Amino acid sequence: MLNLQNIKVDIEKKTVVNGVSLTIKPGEVHAIMGPNGSGKSSLAKSILSHPDYLLSGKITLDKTDITSLEVNAKAQKGLFLAFQHPIAVPGVSVANFLRAVNENKVVGKKSPGNRGAHLRSVATFMRELQQKAKTLGIKEEFLSRGLNEGFSGGERKKLEMLQLLALEPKYAVIDEIDTGLDVDALRLVAKGIKNAVKEYKTGVLIITHYQRILGYIKPDYVHIMVKGKIVESGDAKLAHKIEKGGYKSYE
Amino acid sequence: MSNLHLEGIGDYKYGFYDKGLDYKVDTGAGLSKAVIEQISAIKKEPKWMRQIRLDALQVFESKSMPNWGADLSGIDFDKIHYYKTATSKKYKSWDDVPEKIKQTYERIGVPEAERKFLAGVEAQYDSEVVYGAIKKSLTKQGVIFCDTDTALREYPEMVREYFGSIIPAADNKFSALNTAAWSGGSFIYIPKNVTVKLPLQAYFRINAPNVGQFERTLIIADEGSHVHYVEGCTAPVHSSSALHSAVVEIVVKKGARVRYTTIQNWSSDVYNLVTKRMRIDEDGIGEWIDGNIGSKVTMKYPSCYLMGKGARGEILSIAYAGAGQHQDAGGKIIHAAPNTTSKITSKSISKAGGRSTYRGLLQVQPGAIKSKSKVVCDALILDQFSRSDTYPTMQIEEQDTQVEHEATVSKIGEEQLFYLMSRGLSQVDAEAMIINGFIEPFVKELPLEYAVEFNRLIRLEMEGSVG
Repeated sequence: MLNLQNIKVDIEKKTVVNGVSLTIKPGEVHAIMGPNGSGKSSLAKSILSHPDYLLSGKITLDKTDITSLEVNAKAQKGLFLAFQHPIAVPGVSVANFLRAVNENKVVGKKSPGNRGAHLRSVATFMRELQQKAKTLGIKEEFLSRGLNEGFSGGERKKLEMLQLLALEPKYAVIDEIDTGLDVDALRLVAKGIKNAVKEYKTGVLIITHYQRILGYIKPDYVHIMVKGKIVESGDAKLAHKIEKGGYKSYE
Repeated sequence: MSNLHLEGIGDYKYGFYDKGLDYKVDTGAGLSKAVIEQISAIKKEPKWMRQIRLDALQVFESKSMPNWGADLSGIDFDKIHYYKTATSKKYKSWDDVPEKIKQTYERIGVPEAERKFLAGVEAQYDSEVVYGAIKKSLTKQGVIFCDTDTALREYPEMVREYFGSIIPAADNKFSALNTAAWSGGSFIYIPKNVTVKLPLQAYFRINAPNVGQFERTLIIADEGSHVHYVEGCTAPVHSSSALHSAVVEIVVKKGARVRYTTIQNWSSDVYNLVTKRMRIDEDGIGEWIDGNIGSKVTMKYPSCYLMGKGARGEILSIAYAGAGQHQDAGGKIIHAAPNTTSKITSKSISKAGGRSTYRGLLQVQPGAIKSKSKVVCDALILDQFSRSDTYPTMQIEEQDTQVEHEATVSKIGEEQLFYLMSRGLSQVDAEAMIINGFIEPFVKELPLEYAVEFNRLIRLEMEGSVG
């Protein structure tokens, strides 16, 4: 269970998230919807300890307090962030990067208390990676390109999904994945998220402005966020309400 | 290993030196006419070579130190030993090489290298080549690969024709010094239309305190031939400054192709002042792949003279400047014929107060129409104590030409680190990954074993003070 308790986020002394509480169980899909500037993306990044944000409140993952851990420690615990604007790291190939991430994860899993987790050999990991790439319509040569180097918007988002599937996280925060995607890419990205939920029981928090992507994944819960606060929570029907009426009624 | 003493100075991995060796010949400290004559006599050289040396000594003495570039005030020419041998014999087979020398090579990695990729080994132990082997197939093809002293004895006409033809003694103070005091180095001749498939390799090593190493390399690629020469260097750590001042002359004839790959990892007290130049004839291709990690000061600007139409020159270099190091490196391209193309890619990393400088010259001479050139300089600065400068000089004297220049200076971005760390990597791993990505365009051009070694060296350098 991923539990956010009274999360507040400040950036340059300005409060952008002001008391958000949420509980996500394994395999659940939550969506946070809100207008621009509502603090959604700040919440996403701050959950993963981005250094630009000052986070307060409490985050627990399976009852462990992870609030003040560094981003890599949070990732090791099974938290994942799909970036809205994934940055390029020239010269580092997608395959080498993911291989390093996997090896690192394997080392992490050797720690006491995680003995039950299954370890993968490099060969198995790479074979599975290729299969996962296929389900996302990612060609094999894509894996030998530099990480996000010269990628189109759609390619970047697909790579985020490939990383989601490769890391098999317990919980994933998916930040504005649908912006700038055509319908085909959107469908594949949604498929990636659905696979993670189905195969790995990943609990997902989708952050989005539009309900477009929710047409492809039905959320269990929808939360409306305005001015740093969750103002209404409900089921998938709430997203349809936003589609018709927008956020005006909350402002 | 009983006679091999690890000095263990700093983190320098190859910072050991072998105390057990007798130096058979030593001309003592300092340079004079008598020393030059002694060197020439020991080598039983022809008179004309002795005269070249003596003339060069005069040039060396008449030239002042360069007043640009890196600080060379720490060099004391009177304290340098200009000729010293560790052994008076040479060995054709690995089994014949003395155990102590072998151990030193094993630490550098020569035997592994040989097993895997070597087409021929010619390793330099101080001033004299002690071990050389060349595959029979190469000999059959008419390829000559030996040390330059041997070449002078066995192929004197060829040496006389080309020696100093690309880099005359008077080119600069250090080419004059090399011409006067040279010893060892590689001599390669590739006959017409012969392609040498595996890279030819040589390892160099300075082993005694205060030994100047003045190797002289001469490569002649006849028409339509193709060769890749690889040279890797390591040196042990000593407190007094050592001087390495090589001259490399390469002749790329019509339609030939030569690639010269160097990785230099001199210890942090070495002055590395090297003159490297290629002459490239019609439709020939010449490439310098040049990696500089160690040394106190490096000044090195490999150059390509594009003399025939359609010639192509390429320089790909990387420099790492750590604490107390100044890497003043770059490249020179001279377009002297039509339809010639060139590319300079220079990458540098500065860390812990290190200083890297790109110094380049691009010249397009009148009549070199339809020439194309691209210069790319990327500098990565890892902390606020380090420094990077760029001095690109362009002399374009022909209108009908296309020249591009790009320069970037960057720091490791917080967003890149956050992105990589968000996948579970530690900060050290993430930084190493970004740096490996930065040098990847260079590393991918190296033979596999060198690529592995190079990545490992960079990683060792990085681990020193990251975090």
